[in-house]
Amino acid sequence: MDFPEDLFYTKSHEWVKKEGNNKVRVGITSHAQSELGDVVYVELPDLDKVVKAGGACTVVESVKAAYDIYSPVSGKVIETNNDLENNPQLVNEDPYGKGWFFIIEMEDPQELTKLLSNKDYEELCQTK
Amino acid sequence: MPDKINYTPNTESDIKLMLKEIGVNSIEDLLVDIPEELLCKQINIPSGMSEMELKHSLKSLSDKNANLNKYTSYLGAGAYEHFIPSVVDHLSNRGEFYTCYTPYQPEVSQGTLQGIYEFQSMMCELLAMDVVNASMYDGASALAEAAVLAIRHKQKKNVLVSKAVHPEYREVLSTYLQELDVKLVEIEMEDGITSVSDLKSRIDNNTACVLIQTPNFFGCLEETEELIELTHKNEALFVACVNPMSLGIIKPPGEYGADVAVGDIQALGNYINYGGPHAGFFAVSKELMRKMPGRLAGATTDTKGRRAFTLTLQTREQHIRRGKATSNICTNQQLLALRTCIYLSTLGKAGMIDIGNLNIHKSHYAIDRICELDGIDPLFDKPFFNEFAIKISDNYKIEEINRRLFESGIIGGLDISHFYPDINNAMLLCVTETKTKEDIDELVSAVSNII
Amino acid sequence: MLEKLIFEKSSPGRTAYSLPECDVPVEANPPNYRRAGDHTSIPIPERFLRKNMAELPEVAEIDIVRHFTRLSQLNFSVDTNFYPLGSCTMKYNPKVNEDVSRYEGFLNLHPYQSQEQCQGILQILYELEEILIEICGMEAFTLQPAAGAHGEFIGMLISHAYHVKNGRRRSKIIIPDSAHGTNPASASMCGFDIVEIKSNSQGLIDLETLKKSMDNDVAALMLTNPNTLGLFEKDILKIAEIVHDAGALLYLDGANMDAMLGIARPGDMGIDILHLNLHKTFSTPHGGGGPGSGPLGVVKRLVPFLPAPRIIKQDNSYEWKYIFPYSIGRVKPFYGNTGVLIRAYAYLVSVGCEGLGKISESALVNANYLSKKLSDYIEIPYGERCMHEFVASTRKLKANGITTLDIAKRLLDYGFHSPTIYFPLIVADALMIEPTDTETRETLDEFAEALIKILEEAKTNPEILKGAPHNTPVSRLDEVQAARKPDLRWKK
Repeated sequence: MDFPEDLFYTKSHEWVKKEGNNKVRVGITSHAQSELGDVVYVELPDLDKVVKAGGACTVVESVKAAYDIYSPVSGKVIETNNDLENNPQLVNEDPYGKGWFFIIEMEDPQELTKLLSNKDYEELCQTK
Repeated sequence: MPDKINYTPNTESDIKLMLKEIGVNSIEDLLVDIPEELLCKQINIPSGMSEMELKHSLKSLSDKNANLNKYTSYLGAGAYEHFIPSVVDHLSNRGEFYTCYTPYQPEVSQGTLQGIYEFQSMMCELLAMDVVNASMYDGASALAEAAVLAIRHKQKKNVLVSKAVHPEYREVLSTYLQELDVKLVEIEMEDGITSVSDLKSRIDNNTACVLIQTPNFFGCLEETEELIELTHKNEALFVACVNPMSLGIIKPPGEYGADVAVGDIQALGNYINYGGPHAGFFAVSKELMRKMPGRLAGATTDTKGRRAFTLTLQTREQHIRRGKATSNICTNQQLLALRTCIYLSTLGKAGMIDIGNLNIHKSHYAIDRICELDGIDPLFDKPFFNEFAIKISDNYKIEEINRRLFESGIIGGLDISHFYPDINNAMLLCVTETKTKEDIDELVSAVSNII
Repeated sequence: MLEKLIFEKSSPGRTAYSLPECDVPVEANPPNYRRAGDHTSIPIPERFLRKNMAELPEVAEIDIVRHFTRLSQLNFSVDTNFYPLGSCTMKYNPKVNEDVSRYEGFLNLHPYQSQEQCQGILQILYELEEILIEICGMEAFTLQPAAGAHGEFIGMLISHAYHVKNGRRRSKIIIPDSAHGTNPASASMCGFDIVEIKSNSQGLIDLETLKKSMDNDVAALMLTNPNTLGLFEKDILKIAEIVHDAGALLYLDGANMDAMLGIARPGDMGIDILHLNLHKTFSTPHGGGGPGSGPLGVVKRLVPFLPAPRIIKQDNSYEWKYIFPYSIGRVKPFYGNTGVLIRAYAYLVSVGCEGLGKISESALVNANYLSKKLSDYIEIPYGERCMHEFVASTRKLKANGITTLDIAKRLLDYGFHSPTIYFPLIVADALMIEPTDTETRETLDEFAEALIKILEEAKTNPEILKGAPHNTPVSRLDEVQAARKPDLRWKK
């Protein structure tokens, strides 16, 4: 199981990558996608949507379940991954790369300090 | 001798054996969790009966009803008398179709699932829409669910519905929306159809959807082009509630750009049955596919690569999303959808056109002939399919006319004032392919004798 | 592919219908022409007419009959197989009820015919309501709801209306974690917030948890009794007290009524509102997914809120009454699923009062017998005794890599429809089994034998389970593909 060092994580299994200029890219972790099973659809938020940290903003569907994905930080959605429309399996195949969900322009970069490091997240997964 | 019907097959000695296996002395031992004071002594319903007595009893109750095989009826208004080909009953009455469960185990439900897929396909063709679900409770709940879809999808709070939509449908709509934070507004009618100017004055950027029925309750065809243009200009969804029987000839919702199409499939191969069970249909354009409530059957392959069908996109449904489901619907009206599928297979491409023709010609003949009578005029001057309203001079009460018609073996049209109190002395008549020229001529002569 | 689509059997010009020649005069100089078939004029302006024809099938009658007959043969059904589906009550659908509900005075009757013309059906609907009132111990019923979930929705609307009328809008509904999915879905549809409470170690409602969650913002507790584990809530009277003390309502999901017919009445337990599933307890056929019917019963103080219209009896005649000022409104056009209601009526008047007790007793004996037969082979977490259904768990088979789904699929090979799987959620890897009252001892023995064999196969030959079913018309389907690339219709 993959826990890349350069990312932040949330308790609800999202990963967060800082991309300069107050932006973060968000997706779900390898652990999450393996729990979900084959992803069949991702309902991404609309562009320019304003999100709050901890607010539900995306739905990921597998055959048997649909899960809410929560925004790790507050801000505005400025880009979403259009490839997921026709290729939802990217979430399973490459969760940290091509399977990304959306990019947020952060309201308060300090919120990143509240997120988990890769070691904290790995620990969280192991205690489950 | 078993003198009452009984479907519990195990005998006294079976039960004795079974209780022994369970490890108890009597059935009472299985009821120990139930508080003593709750155990009931006697339920006061009548004693049972034998099969023969049951048939006799229900037959006499059936005979107390004036059924449409014995009378010539001109009632429509949401429940339609159409010819049902014999194959529909024979095939849908097969136990393998009507006693099976919802097809959650597709490997043993391919009959039902392929039937749903074919139904979906046929309705898509008829409606000229991209996606149709496996059916809803009825046309009214389909209309209500369409409004809910629009509200959620557009994230807006106003719902506009035409006054010309079936009044009972509007009541159901209002019931469904009462607990949601929405505003339901009615659009006025003008000369028998939805008033475009009134829509213009009421629609704005807060409108989630506009709900129109065509043909409407009065049988009149609505000017959908103008209504849709206004709707889309205000970024709202256009929901068309249509009569599928008309669509062999009349323009289907997909051809005029409706976002959602709903209605009832009773007219296509299902009995009137005193108002139920009927079944609603729900169709959307591709973009709204995942927002649609209800069941959907999709094609896929099995492990051996064979084509097969399964329920799909179920994650939107109640048994998975629970509180966040698109709707709470659990059953569809599968048996009725199957009957419609068989019906549409039987009428087919040419039949739906021919039957549309018959409905149109007979109803137009009827309105011409009946309005030749003094004191009777068409209520509205608008194009119609197979239903129309007539205005009768105030000297004669509709109720009285219908009472006298019934004596001659005719069930007259609906007294419109029951639903629209300010439209007095008007009658809604429906003439389908089941009426002959003789029937219509007889109606006219019977009416002329009365007035 | 087993059976081509009806579209794939089409051939241009084939027909399966016949209609009488148009016998009314048609205008000689038509304003519009219609192509295809008749060149008959259409007295409707062009802008209302269809441009492109619907590509419906063109087949002969023999092909329609063969097609649908063969499709039917691909199905399991109660008429052919045993369906121990927990919570569904797949009991036998009596044929005489099919016959009597299809008498022409019922099928060919229009809902807007005047009341004198409909006395037979009105009498049936009235008497059915009376019978259900008596069986459940309620004050009144509405027969309008088209299904259980529909009834629930109405029940939620009534709860809301009741509290508003009493001067206080309440926003919460309490639902146990063992509840059926329609419960929270129906509550949400009414704008309620859902509070889920955990069941106790015996699988029942935890009184302390309930007390803590109860406040005067709770509109109702939605309960199933017996619950989805097949256990009777023995503290039901205390539960009712806690709920009523807070001024809330007690709602019963009546899906499990088969266990209580003639034994105990919800009204006596303190239930204020309940829905029934006629297509479960009351033997009306499932139809492959409907039509059903979900009558909703209420106690006296909730009667004013019931949907309108309602039937009243005056001397010996029946009529619809429409004016009910506090009614929550209409939930269905016309009157309800009449065809289904007639079948339930026929069932109840034929089995009669003596029959009720027989039904529930048979349901209980069958379930306990089956449970006992299986208890040495499979884990049944909540025990020894059950009502009309019980829940087993296949948790221990995970060590062999076998899932509940695998067991369910292998049962199909033995000619049995699987039990309900993965529900209720509070039991891991659940298998919910309800034999119903209409099965013979021999059928139960056969089922037990098959399941026991399969549990053995799980250890000795797990591959055969993982690849199951093998003996059905199709094998396991690629549901991921169906959801990723939805193919929901045929296109020419």
